[in-house]
Amino acid sequence: MKILVCISHVPDTTSKINFTDGNTKFDTNGVQFVINPNDEFGLTRAMWFKEKQGATVHVVNVGGPETEPTLRKALAIGADEAIRINTAATDGFSVAKQLANVAKEGSYDLVIGGRESIDYNGGMVPGMLAKLTGANFVNTCIGLEIEGDKATAIREIDGGKETLKTSLPLVIGCQKGLVQESDLRIPNMRGIMQARTKPLNVKEPIASNAETNTISFEKPAPKGAIKLVDSVDELINLLHNEAKVI
Amino acid sequence: MILVYTESEEGKIKKVALEAVAYAKGIADQMGTSVAAVSINANDISELGKYGASKVLQVSNDKLGKFNAEAYADVIAQAAKNEDAKVIVITSSANSKFLAPALAVNLEAGYVPNVIGLPESTSPFKIKSNVFTNKAFALTEIKTDRKIIGLGKNSYGLKENETSATSETFSPNLDAHDFAMEIVSVDKATDKVTIADAEIVVSGGRGLKGPENWGMIEELAKTLGAATACSKPVSDMGWRPHSEHVGQTGKPVASNLYIAIGISGAIQHLAGINASKVKVVINNDPEAPFFKAADYGMVGDAFEIVPKLTEKLKEFKAQNA
Repeated sequence: MKILVCISHVPDTTSKINFTDGNTKFDTNGVQFVINPNDEFGLTRAMWFKEKQGATVHVVNVGGPETEPTLRKALAIGADEAIRINTAATDGFSVAKQLANVAKEGSYDLVIGGRESIDYNGGMVPGMLAKLTGANFVNTCIGLEIEGDKATAIREIDGGKETLKTSLPLVIGCQKGLVQESDLRIPNMRGIMQARTKPLNVKEPIASNAETNTISFEKPAPKGAIKLVDSVDELINLLHNEAKVI
Repeated sequence: MILVYTESEEGKIKKVALEAVAYAKGIADQMGTSVAAVSINANDISELGKYGASKVLQVSNDKLGKFNAEAYADVIAQAAKNEDAKVIVITSSANSKFLAPALAVNLEAGYVPNVIGLPESTSPFKIKSNVFTNKAFALTEIKTDRKIIGLGKNSYGLKENETSATSETFSPNLDAHDFAMEIVSVDKATDKVTIADAEIVVSGGRGLKGPENWGMIEELAKTLGAATACSKPVSDMGWRPHSEHVGQTGKPVASNLYIAIGISGAIQHLAGINASKVKVVINNDPEAPFFKAADYGMVGDAFEIVPKLTEKLKEFKAQNA
């Protein structure tokens, strides 16, 4: 089984978000970049398939050279090879097209992406990639078993979960639950040393037009001061008469 | 024409879908056109006109009894082509987010999710959405001929706009590919309010000391007709199921009222709940970061405050019933 894990290079969850160039660009100054958490759950599950079912695991990212440390981290966790598509990740559709091209060329059986990246929250790349390659697709995936070319996936739905039977090739958009937080791996020294010599192939992008274009960013207006109350009666009164939410 | 997909559950149109109709009417007014709604296996479509739909395409098909992203996206795409809709409005529910990418590829349409208001301009088409998990907004231009907008919950409101709606049967062409995936089972609590649909969410954190203390959270939620939620450490420790985890890597919350009990307010948690309209914090540590993010707060012992709050709310509900 050949698995491709799509890795988004995103600001750490604790990052303060700021913009530069007249609010047109994300300010990377002082920001620590990590593997997108939703993608990391997927990568961890891929490691399980590698160890238990002999799968080969490749990781891919669309981005400039600055994203390579994130791919090296994925290699240190245990992926066999990395691919970087050498173009800026602009809109979701262009990213999906670049990834679809790699997925087709490599004839992957399973493509794993996160439910959404925690920066742009688009949540569209895995689904578009599936549609573009004609693969089956399960979103908000919180469980996956594969036997031969058959797959059983569990999907989180609003208020519960749903079990689906499908077949490979398959694309999933995964999230926490596919593996537990405690299953996540911190690369050890041996993994980090090995990652240095594992292949990281740089591929030039295919021609693609962006469908959407981010013009500018803004931050929410600062929050007004909190009203501290001393009694539950006062709280109920404020929620009813002032906030009008009960 | 503006097309809005009005999702239903057990035949009933969802409230977020009515908000999407109202929103679609807002865009239609900007563009000088009208709104068509497409509904799949809904029993009662009478409310759609109230929020501004002037036409309803009704699909009834037993094969579409359970949600199926591929087939539903196909239905909506065919409806969009049929109506020559340039703008397609969907919600931010798990199902809408599931079908949106296939719909976008199918219609070669640019898609912007988590939208927070009407377009700033319709030619060029510029729209604002939430990004960085509610830590910022982006203004995006959609350049394609057809456009898909995923409306964030609670970001437009249920604005009424009485319109007389005609209804017609719509029979899409579906093929085997639409049904390639088999739904084996659905496990869904029907007696509980979901975080996605809830107007009010009551959430507990590590300050509650252990899973055995969740009775009072559930009691408060029941009194308010609210959904229960929790912080990340609580779900990581297994005190509550992952499906209750709200925050950056968990579920987003965009309710009218969010009550945080014993949650300190890590930046990832605050981001995830920031789209909620009114936030209340109850915590014994006045230095907890949540006090900087909330609208109302009480400093004190949750084990004393929460049961008292529930009791007083019951009295309040009885008086205002």
